[in-house]
Amino acid sequence: MPALARPELVALRTIVRKEIRRFLRIWVQTLLPPAITMTLYLVIFGRLIGSRIGEMGGHDYIDYIAPGVIMMAVITNSYSNVVSSFYGARFQRYVEEMLVSPTPIGVVLLGYVAGGVTRGLLVGLLVTLVAMVFADLRVESPLYTVAVVVLTSTLFSTAGFINALFARTFDDVSIVPTFVLTPLTYLGGVFFSVELLAEPWQSLARANPVLYMVNGFRHGMLGVSDIGPGVALALTGGAAVALLVLALLLLHRGVGIRS
Amino acid sequence: MSSIEPLHRSPPQSSRPPPALAVEGLCKTYASGLEALAGVSLEVEEGEFFALLGPNGAGKSTLIGIVCGLVEKSAGAIRVFGVDAAASPRAVRAMLGVVPQEVNFNVWESPLDIVVNQAGYYGIERPTALARAERYLGQLGLWDRRHSRARDLSGGMKRRLMIARALVHEPRLLILDEPTAGVDIELRRSTWRFLTEINASGTTIILTTHYLEEAESLCESIAIIDHGRIVEDSDMKSLLNKLHVETFVLDLATPLGSPPDISGYAVRRIDATTLEVDVERDQGVNRLFESLGRLGVSVLSMRNKTNRLEELFVRLVGEGRAQQGGRDAGPR
Ligand SMILES: Nc1ncnc2c1ncn2[C@@H]1O[C@H](COP(=O)(O)OP(=O)(O)OP(=O)(O)O)[C@@H](O)[C@H]1O
Ligand SMILES: [Mg+2]
Repeated sequence: MPALARPELVALRTIVRKEIRRFLRIWVQTLLPPAITMTLYLVIFGRLIGSRIGEMGGHDYIDYIAPGVIMMAVITNSYSNVVSSFYGARFQRYVEEMLVSPTPIGVVLLGYVAGGVTRGLLVGLLVTLVAMVFADLRVESPLYTVAVVVLTSTLFSTAGFINALFARTFDDVSIVPTFVLTPLTYLGGVFFSVELLAEPWQSLARANPVLYMVNGFRHGMLGVSDIGPGVALALTGGAAVALLVLALLLLHRGVGIRS
Repeated sequence: MSSIEPLHRSPPQSSRPPPALAVEGLCKTYASGLEALAGVSLEVEEGEFFALLGPNGAGKSTLIGIVCGLVEKSAGAIRVFGVDAAASPRAVRAMLGVVPQEVNFNVWESPLDIVVNQAGYYGIERPTALARAERYLGQLGLWDRRHSRARDLSGGMKRRLMIARALVHEPRLLILDEPTAGVDIELRRSTWRFLTEINASGTTIILTTHYLEEAESLCESIAIIDHGRIVEDSDMKSLLNKLHVETFVLDLATPLGSPPDISGYAVRRIDATTLEVDVERDQGVNRLFESLGRLGVSVLSMRNKTNRLEELFVRLVGEGRAQQGGRDAGPR
């Protein structure tokens, strides 16, 4: 991608700023619920039930699930931020404000994804702070951890953007999170190690992309993983790039933005 | 996409500037199969105040949508100040400002944010954007409401907010899709004055409207579009000259029992003190008044029965309809 010239940077900054102000303005809908939900997970699964489970992967159960719970919050918040914000822009038609301007469409995509990543990381940070109260959090490889979480957030922000391009009603905005994203994250090894699963379920679980991100993140923090850390990082990064390219192609074909 | 032949370019030695907008053979068939534009060609000179008229569903908004890049054309070419829109869409967008027919801002944001963000999309830095927002929101009487939620503005204020937003990057060509729909008379007139000033300062303006009075008082050039085709494209004066017969209404000082018989004029009695007279363009009214005077009929006042442009509009669009074999025009 060619370096962004000054006007494009101004446009990008405008979009990112607007996106951040949007989720901060409605923080009761955007920041508070994940903090509460994830606290409940940590208390109920981690503390109450976890104390009876004992260890998993050589760690206390609550320490084992904490990275997964953080990742779950990052994934759902990145996705839902972009899908609702960009669908809102299409629905109320203020996406036209950007479309009639000289801002390249790729900059619009970048701006929305950056907004989603910011919310994802902010919620991730909030949940991490909460988790520190209950669990013994460590970060074995900080750089790797940050790389996985940023790429995951990028990947799901972009997925949310693509969802918004195809959505025709507000129902279409919640279908994917409810019927695809939630099952994938629950089955993605947030609460258990896939080693516990018998075949064929284990192989099936390994086809779930979320498993790679959760385990990559867990590797970065705890140093344990069901998946090779290199594979996890490459897969997450590869998928993020692939979706960004797909979103760009769709935009250039006018899908969801031009009649 | 097939490459598009460049529009006829004026020879380099010519001093004539390229038109602000040149549209050639523009066609649009929506995915539904509906043909909204069936080969529209149009030129708007730099500095003009141009009216685009047409009944509901004629294709006005579709044409505007294509020019500003919101609607994908099926065929045809567009040049803005000589720049080909297919080849350099971003350069074209930078020169265009557009006020859409329907509200399309985020109703949860404030007018100030809406206008400043729009400037941002054009690459204008915040300090400049804020100064411009103050100027244009101020000129349109919205500065006091700059922090309100846009949702809470009245309908007329929303329209003016969209005008301020369209001007923030100071476009060379301003396109307004029914800028005064649903706006009260006083506000409409102040919007007209504002647009006239903008035009006088060098901005080319194209507007669509259903108020023919608006087109007649503001615009020197006019095109009428119907069923996706241009049915008339000329300057206002020669267009009005096409109107051969005008109907006048006369208010009488004293009641009249039957219509006076005046040779050469069709006179109808509407009620005891009102007459209607059809007058041919080259006929004049002198002889009419002479005859009325001789008959002892004293006339208090006289006016056109309808707006002259309106009469012409109905006729032109009606003719189009007849030629189309009475194709249903939809509700008016
Ligand atoms: N997105 C769309 N998909 C399908 N058909 C459309 C779409 N937009 C407009 N049309 C159709 O195209 C035709 C032209 O519509 P357009 O909005 O351009 O008319 P208009 O001249 O602006 O009318 P009005 O004066 O009512 O605003 C209409 O028949 C309309 O129903
Ligand atoms: Mg219209």
